[in-house]
Amino acid sequence: MNKVLPDAAAAVRLIPDGATIMMGGFGLCGIPEVLIAALHEQGTKQLTAISNNAGVDDFGLGILLRSRQVTKMIATYVGENKEFERQFLDGEIEVELVPQGTFAERLRAGGAGIGGFFTPTGYGTVVSEGKETRTIDGRGHVFERPLHADFSFVKASKGDRLGNLIYHRTAQNFNPMMAAAAAITIAEVEELVEPGEIDADHVVTPGIYVQHLIVGAHYEKRIERVVVQDG
Amino acid sequence: MADARERIVKRVARELRDGDYVNLGIGIPTLVGNHIPPGIEITLHSENGLLGIGPYPTKDQIDADLINAGKETVTELPGSSIVSSVESFAMVRGGHLDLTVLGALQVDEAGNLANWMIPGKMVKGMGGAMDLVGGAKRVIVAMEHATKKGGHKLVKTCSLPLTGVKVVTMIVTEMAVIDVTPAGFHLRELAEDTTLERIKEATGAELIVDETLGTFG
Repeated sequence: MNKVLPDAAAAVRLIPDGATIMMGGFGLCGIPEVLIAALHEQGTKQLTAISNNAGVDDFGLGILLRSRQVTKMIATYVGENKEFERQFLDGEIEVELVPQGTFAERLRAGGAGIGGFFTPTGYGTVVSEGKETRTIDGRGHVFERPLHADFSFVKASKGDRLGNLIYHRTAQNFNPMMAAAAAITIAEVEELVEPGEIDADHVVTPGIYVQHLIVGAHYEKRIERVVVQDG
Repeated sequence: MADARERIVKRVARELRDGDYVNLGIGIPTLVGNHIPPGIEITLHSENGLLGIGPYPTKDQIDADLINAGKETVTELPGSSIVSSVESFAMVRGGHLDLTVLGALQVDEAGNLANWMIPGKMVKGMGGAMDLVGGAKRVIVAMEHATKKGGHKLVKTCSLPLTGVKVVTMIVTEMAVIDVTPAGFHLRELAEDTTLERIKEATGAELIVDETLGTFG
């Protein structure tokens, strides 16, 4: 078994127009920047993107928005991106905003075969409008459905040919849940290692969730807000 | 209003207890971390999965893979842990955080909070705010008492879309410290340089004045 594809271009050839794709990352941290760039290059259209954020104007998911490849987004926070704002205000893109904890749990439910869950988050706000609600132990809860996708793009620091993945610091974020929640998960890694090099105790995403893997050739890893202490 | 912010932040910091797990929102709340009282050890939580946020890095320490929820570069303290987003929000929703501090556009006397959306303006999203206000044991709103134009932010009933229903436990502004109780806004302390009359004027709801009204500032 070898899940490694030659490069990102080969990986995104699997993606047809109209696909729903989950993309890991928090802000620009831990985003699958190599696969996003390849998808931009390929020009695949009518995409639904499921991602915590929308990137910035010229990096990450932002480049797919600028080229109008995305028609719908499910996200928790979409500031930081002027082009997105314009498309949103002009009604060119459909947006579903989800509270971040609910977003994470909907992804988890999608990957774990759960048909949804009741959460107190958002009860009594616009988030609960049109949804089933229930009082549990005296507290209002909202029913939230799982999230599924045709594809997931996840970013890991290391992976092996079996698809086992490990992440670095806060670049983990939504990547593990997304790996499990899509029909086909493509992981991009900074470093390909031999099976066994990632200790079984330390594997975060087991290979069963990963169908394909590529090694990213170059990582820019742009930082949104560099803040340093004096001295 | 740098002085106002400083005063708010210092007063909020006095609410910290040794051993607390705390989430500080973006803006004024983040500054609370600079005023942790001596002898008190707290653990700062960040929505993106970092428990144990350290100071901002030096230039040499910058790691693109280590940021806080405000997308700023940070460091991690010895003893910190890093988890996925689903685990991070299990901590939040599961009632494991002792305190969250965040800003507001409006708070009403029932403890309802509005801080994520102004209709007609760009909707950026609620991020983790709805989970945080519903999950933390205490929710302190740290904000300037009135809007820049002098409008009320402490109101009888929020008119803006809500972030959470009956969630706020305390409000700290540059003028006052207010507990949100079942009876409404309970004024505990007023700032040294203000008067009860001025606070009442700047507040759009009834104030229950504490019998032993304290001062801060």
